[in-house]
Amino acid sequence: MIPGAFDYHSPKTLDEAINLLNDLGEDAKILAGGHSLLPMMKWRLAEPAHLVDISRLSDLDYIKEENGFLCLGAMVTESGLENSELIAEKYPILKDTSEVIADPLVRNLASIGGNIAHGDPANDHPATMLALNAIVVVCGPNGSKREINIDEFFLGPLWTALGENEILTEIKIPMPKQQSGGCYIKLERKVGDYAIAASAVTLDFENGKCSSSGIALTNVGPTPVRAKDAQDVLIGTDVSNEVIEQASNLAAEASQPVGDHRGSEEYKRGVVKTLTGRAILKAKNRAMGGN
Amino acid sequence: MSKCKTSPEVGGMGHSVKRKEDARFIRGQGTYVDDVVRPGMVYMDIVRSPYAHAKIKSINTEKALAHPGVAAVITGETLKEYNLHMMPTLMSDTQMVLPIDKVCYQSQEVAAVIGTDRYSVADGIELVEVEYEPLPVVVDPFKATDSDAPIIRDDKEGQESNHIWHWEEGDKAATEEIFNNSDVVVKERIYIPRIHVASIETCGCVSEFDKATGQLTVWMTTQAPHAIRTVLALVAGHVGLQEDKIRVISPDIGGGFGGKVPVYPGYVIAIAASVVTGLPVKWIEDRRENLQADSFARDYHMDCEIAADKDGTLNGLRIKTLADNGYADAAANPSKYPAGMFSICTGSYDFKNAFVEVDGVYTNKPPGGVAYRCSFRVTEAVHAIERMVDMVADEIMMDAAELRMKNFIPKDAFPYHSPTGWEYDSGDYHAALQLAMDNIGYDELLKEQKEKRERGEFMGIGICSFTEVVGAGPSKDFDILGIKMFDSSEIRIHPTGKAIARFGTKSQGQGHETTYAQIIAEELGIPFTDVSVEEGDTDTAPYGLGTYASRSTPTAGAAAAMACRKIKAKAKKIAAHLLETSEEDLEWEVGKFSVKGVPDKAVTIQDIAFAAYTNHPQGLEAGLEATHYYDPPNLTFPFGSYIAVVDIDSGTGEVKVRRFMAVDDCGNIINPMIVEGQIHGGLTQGLAPALYEEISYDDEGNITGGSFMEYLVPTAVETPHWETDKTITPSPHHPIGAKGVGESPTVGAPPAIVNAVVDALSHLGVKHIDIPITPEKVWRAIHKNEVA
Repeated sequence: MIPGAFDYHSPKTLDEAINLLNDLGEDAKILAGGHSLLPMMKWRLAEPAHLVDISRLSDLDYIKEENGFLCLGAMVTESGLENSELIAEKYPILKDTSEVIADPLVRNLASIGGNIAHGDPANDHPATMLALNAIVVVCGPNGSKREINIDEFFLGPLWTALGENEILTEIKIPMPKQQSGGCYIKLERKVGDYAIAASAVTLDFENGKCSSSGIALTNVGPTPVRAKDAQDVLIGTDVSNEVIEQASNLAAEASQPVGDHRGSEEYKRGVVKTLTGRAILKAKNRAMGGN
Repeated sequence: MSKCKTSPEVGGMGHSVKRKEDARFIRGQGTYVDDVVRPGMVYMDIVRSPYAHAKIKSINTEKALAHPGVAAVITGETLKEYNLHMMPTLMSDTQMVLPIDKVCYQSQEVAAVIGTDRYSVADGIELVEVEYEPLPVVVDPFKATDSDAPIIRDDKEGQESNHIWHWEEGDKAATEEIFNNSDVVVKERIYIPRIHVASIETCGCVSEFDKATGQLTVWMTTQAPHAIRTVLALVAGHVGLQEDKIRVISPDIGGGFGGKVPVYPGYVIAIAASVVTGLPVKWIEDRRENLQADSFARDYHMDCEIAADKDGTLNGLRIKTLADNGYADAAANPSKYPAGMFSICTGSYDFKNAFVEVDGVYTNKPPGGVAYRCSFRVTEAVHAIERMVDMVADEIMMDAAELRMKNFIPKDAFPYHSPTGWEYDSGDYHAALQLAMDNIGYDELLKEQKEKRERGEFMGIGICSFTEVVGAGPSKDFDILGIKMFDSSEIRIHPTGKAIARFGTKSQGQGHETTYAQIIAEELGIPFTDVSVEEGDTDTAPYGLGTYASRSTPTAGAAAAMACRKIKAKAKKIAAHLLETSEEDLEWEVGKFSVKGVPDKAVTIQDIAFAAYTNHPQGLEAGLEATHYYDPPNLTFPFGSYIAVVDIDSGTGEVKVRRFMAVDDCGNIINPMIVEGQIHGGLTQGLAPALYEEISYDDEGNITGGSFMEYLVPTAVETPHWETDKTITPSPHHPIGAKGVGESPTVGAPPAIVNAVVDALSHLGVKHIDIPITPEKVWRAIHKNEVA
C-alpha cells in the first residue's frame, strides 16, 4: 500500500500545468482529487514518475450557467455538486449521481473532472454526462482549446480522447428545456462500491409527448453505454408504462456486462432493466414537476 | 437500576458506568503497535507468493539488496540456519515461516526485506526476484482427498493424502435408529464460507533484541501474550531465547475477534531479524496482506439432517462436515477439540440423539481457521441447527416459533445433559423467545406478511433461538498446546484504599478496564474509578490464556471475584483487630465491616487497607493483596432469541433488514451499556457474513475477494437499527453468575437473517440459500422461471 517513488509538481496556473505535461510526457499524471489515481499507485498498478497537482488551480472550481450551458469547472468536487442549490433545483440528475459516489470523505476531495477523465466505465458521471449530452472542454499546449462531444470522449476502459499533454478543464451541459427531467439510479453492493449497474435518464417533453431523451448505463461495458434504441422508443410517446417496459428491455439489450463479483451477465442485464424502468419513471415525474 | 448492590459512585455490577479506557481512545491517544517507536528501529516488508501452489526454483536478492535503504533480505534458507523456517500451529500441526522449496497458498510469505524505512522496504520487495514453477492446485475441499489430488503436505512424514483428521461425537447407531423410526427427515447441504475478522487494526509487531543482555521484548498484536511467550520459548529455546528473557507486550489492540490469537510467520521473521541484527524491527501488515494471508474463519461444508415426527417433535440430528483448513490446521481450538465446540449443534432443543462428524482437509489456501467472534465453531453449529429447524417447520407446515417452543429444553431440565456430551448450566429458552415475539409484534408481522404476499411483495420473518457455549474452560478437558485454560487475577490494594488489578486476559475493545474494576467494586466496595486494570504485559500480568471465545468474564472475571474474596477474608481479620472484636461478630455490607447490631461501629475497606500497611495485627502478614487462578468447573451457556424482518426488492434482489429484535441472556450483567454495545457490534458482524462477506478463490487458487473492494464489510448505512432486550438466567456455577456475551450476537444473527430471507421466498419453493445472500441469489430465486 506504499506507492513507488515519484516527483511532485504543483503548478500555479493552468498553462504551467500543461507545459509540465508537455515536457514530462507519458511519465506524468495529473493529480486532481487523487481518488482514482492514488489507490492505483498504492497498489503499484500505476507508477507515474511525475505527479502534476492541479488541485490548487482554484480557477477550475466553478458552477455557473453561461450561454445556454451549465459549466462545471474540472475541480468541482462531488460534495460541491451535492451541496449546490443550482444543481439541486435544475439538475437533480447530477445531485443523484454525486450523492452515490463512494462516501462523504471521498466526495469532499474527488473531482468531477477526474471522475470523467479517468475513463473508468465503473465511474458514475460518465453515464450521466452521456444522458445529458455534455461537452468536454480540453486545454492543451500553447493556449489550444477544444471541445469534445461526450459521445466521442470515452474510447475504452481507462482510455479517453484526452491527449497526453491535455487537461480536462470544463464540462458543459445544455441547460434544460421547459419541461424536462433527469434521474440517476445506481445499485451497489454496499455504500461506496462501484455500481453493479446504474442507469442515467433524461427526458424532455413538449405538448405531453417526449421530444428527446438520453439513456446511458454505468459499469456494463468497456465504456459507459448509451442505450440509443431505448432512447428512440420513448420519442413521440407519452412514456406510458408499456413504453417504459419496452425501453427498459432495450436498455438491457444494449448493455454489455461481463460476469464478476458484482453479479453474472444475466443478472446485470436484469438490473439494468429494473433500474432503467425506475429511472425513466422518475425522470418523467420530475419533468412533470414532481420529485 | 434498583437491583444494584452498590451506589453509582462505587459502580459495581449493573451500573452502566462510562468506559474508563475511552478517555484515551476517543482522544486518539491509545498506544497501538504501530505507535511503538524504538531507537534505531528498522522496518520489514514481506514478499508474497502470486501462486497458490508452486515450486520455488530460485530467489535472487541482488537487486533488492542494491536498493538504497535495504539492509537485508531474509529467506527460508536464512531461517533454516537457525532451524526457524518451520513453526508449530496451535493445533499441533506445522507451517512454514518462510519456504525453502515450495509455496502452498497465494500470498504466502516468501521472503522478507529489512530496511531503514517503510518506503525502501516496500520498494525492496518489488525487487526480489523469485522464479516459480506452478504446481497443480487443490482448491475444492471435496476433491482434496481424490486419489489423483496432489499431496500438499509432502513435507510431513506419513502424510499420504490431504486428509488431516476425523472427529466425531454422539451415538451413531442410536441416532440411525431414530432416523429409521421418524416420520420426516429433512436434509440440506449448508455451506458457511470463508470469512475474515477484518479488524480495524491489522497485525504487526515491534521486536527488540538486546544482544548485551539477551533480553527480547516484543510488542505485538496478540490476544494471548502469555501463551505466545511460552510458545516462543518452546520453539526458539535452541537459539537462546528462554522464557525469563522474553517479554511480550500486547498494547492497545484495534479489534481481535480471534484473528490475533495465532502466531503468523511475520511475527517470527521479525523476531528472527531482530535477534540476528540486534536492532528493533517493526513489521505492520497492510490491509491486503491481512485479508489475504492471515487466518480465515468458518469454511465448513455441512451435510445436515433432522429426523422429526409429523407433530413437530424433533427426534434426531445428524451432521457430516467437511472442514477446509487450508494449507495447515492453524485453527485456534482447544487441543482436544479439532472441530471446536461444533457438537453444540443440538442447540436449544431436546433431541433424543445426535451424531456429528467432521473431517479436516488440506487445500491450497491460507491456513486457519480461527474462531471469529465465536467460541470455536459455535457459529457453524448454530447456523446448521437454526436453518434446519426452519426447514422442518417448512416441511410439516408448522409455524417456526411454535416448532421451537415445542422442542426447547424446558427450564426445569437444567443442568441439561445434551446427547453430544455437554452439560448446559442454565437456561429459559421459552421466556427469551416469547419476549422477542412480544417485543416485535410477531402475530401482527405474520398478518402483514400475508397481506403483502397477496400483493406480490416479498417480506420475511426469521427466528434464531441459539445456545452458545463459552468460557473455555475446565482444565480436565481444555488446554492449548498442553497449557490449561484457566485464567488469572492479581489484585493489590494500596494503603490509600486504591487498587491495581492485573489479569492474564487482554482486552481488544471489550472494556476490561471498566468491567473488571466493576467486579472488584462489587466485591470489595472500592469505587471502580479507584481500581486500575492492567493486562497484556507478560512481565507484570499473572499467567493466563488470553481473551477469545467469550472467556474473559467466565474465567478472569471469576478469578477477580475469587481474589477479592481472599482479600475480604484477610480484611475481616484486620477489621476485627481495628474494632477490637472477633471476626464472628462482624458483618459485611458494601465497602465496610461493622459490628453486628452496632452499625456505627464500622471500618471501611479504605480504613482496612491503610491498617494493612500501618497497623496490621500481630501474627498476620502485612499488605492486602491476593492472586487467584480460576479453573472453571464447567463452561457457560449464554443463549438468546433473535427475530429479523426483511423486505426484498424483487427487481434487484436487494434485501433490507427492516427490523431486528435481539433478546439476549448472558446471565448476570456487569455493565449493561457495555453489554448492549457488544451486542450491537456483534449483530453487525453477524449481518456481515449473512449478506455481504466472503473470501473466495478461483480454480487456480487466486483470491478473488482479497481487498475491501471485494470483501464487503458493512457500514453504518447497511446496518439496521438494532432493537435489544434481555432476560437474566444466572450461571449457577460462576462466582458472579455471569456467562459472557461478546459472541452471542455474531453467532445468532446470521441464521435469523437467512431464515427471514428464505421465509420471504418460501412460497416460491425456496428451501435454503447459502450465505452471503447476495442480491443476485435472491433475484435468481424470484426470476428463475424467466431466465434460462
